[in-house]
Amino acid sequence: MAATYQIAVIGDWESVMGFRALGLDTYPVTSVEEAKEKVRELAKADCAVIYLTEQLAKDMEDVIARYKDELRPAIILIPGREGSLGIGKNNIQRAIERAVGADIL
Amino acid sequence: MANITVSPTRMELTRLKGKLRTAQRGHKLLKDKRDELMKQFLDTVREVRSLRAEVEEELMTVHKSFTVASALMSSEALEQALLYPKQSVELTQTSQNIMSVNVPVYNFQTKTRSDSDIYPYGFAATSGELDTAVDALGKVFQKMLKLAEIEKSAQLMAEEIEKTRRRVNALEYVMIPNTQEAIRYITMKLDENDRATTTRLMKVKDMILKESLEEKRSETAKAIETFGAGEKPV
Repeated sequence: MAATYQIAVIGDWESVMGFRALGLDTYPVTSVEEAKEKVRELAKADCAVIYLTEQLAKDMEDVIARYKDELRPAIILIPGREGSLGIGKNNIQRAIERAVGADIL
Repeated sequence: MANITVSPTRMELTRLKGKLRTAQRGHKLLKDKRDELMKQFLDTVREVRSLRAEVEEELMTVHKSFTVASALMSSEALEQALLYPKQSVELTQTSQNIMSVNVPVYNFQTKTRSDSDIYPYGFAATSGELDTAVDALGKVFQKMLKLAEIEKSAQLMAEEIEKTRRRVNALEYVMIPNTQEAIRYITMKLDENDRATTTRLMKVKDMILKESLEEKRSETAKAIETFGAGEKPV
C-alpha cells in the first residue's frame, strides 16, 4: 500500500508562501470557515499530511478532533508568522493525559 | 455487590468457571499489551516534544527571513517569484504495526532537475534574503515530516492505550469479581442442596426403621399371646 500522497499546507498567505517553493501544495486561506472546508476536502482527497498554522487551529478544534484518531490525514500544527501559541505542545500534553490518565512528564 | 441472577446448576457452574479462566487470561494479556504500549508511547512522546521544540524554533527563524525578504521586495514580486515551484514533493505512506496499532511511515522523494538549484526564480529581481529563507525552509522540512510521522503515531497510540486501559480495568474490577461471586453463590447453593438431601434421607431411613421395628414388636407380642393362650387350658 505504498501509494503516493500530497502534503498540504494551510494558513494565511504570508505563512504558507515559502512552502510553495519546496513544491508542497499550499492553500492560503483568510478565514477559519474556509480552512475547515479545505481540511475536509483534503482529507477526502489523497492527502496524507496537512500542516496547519496554530492561528487557524485554535478556532477549529472540532475538525482537528474529527481526524485525530484516523491514520490519514495527519494534521500537524506549525507556528504561523505571529509566533507559536503553544497549542502544538499542549496537544502532546493532552495525548499523554489521555493515555496515562495523569500528566507524568 | 453483584446482583445474582444465575441459576444454581452444575452446568452453569462449569460455564462460569470457563468464563472466569478466559477472563483472567485476557486480563493478563491486555495488561502486558498496555505496559508495552505505554513504554513505546513514552519514548515516542519524548521524541515528539524535543523535535517539536526544534521545528517551532527553526520555523520562526524561517518566518523572520521571509518577513525581511518581503520587506525588501514588493509583495507582488514575492508572489511572482514563488508562484511556480521548480521541485515537487511526492510522499509515499506505508504503515507499521506497533502492538496492533497501525502507525504511518512516510517516505518522500523530491523531484527536481538539480539539487543545487531549488530556487524557482531568477536572482535578478529578488533579494538575497529570500534565498536564505527558502534554503532554511528546505532544511526544516525534513524535520517537519519526521515530526508529522511521530506525532501522528503518538496520537494513535494514545487512543489505543486509553482503550486497552479501560478494558483491563473493566475485566479487573467488574467482570472477574462478578464471575467469582456467581461461582461462590452456585457452590454454596449446591452444597446446601446436598446437605438437605442427606438430612432428608437420614430422616426417611429413621422412619422406615421405626416402622419395621414396630411391626416386629407387634408380631412378637401376637406370637406370645397366641402361645400363652394355647398353654393355659392345660
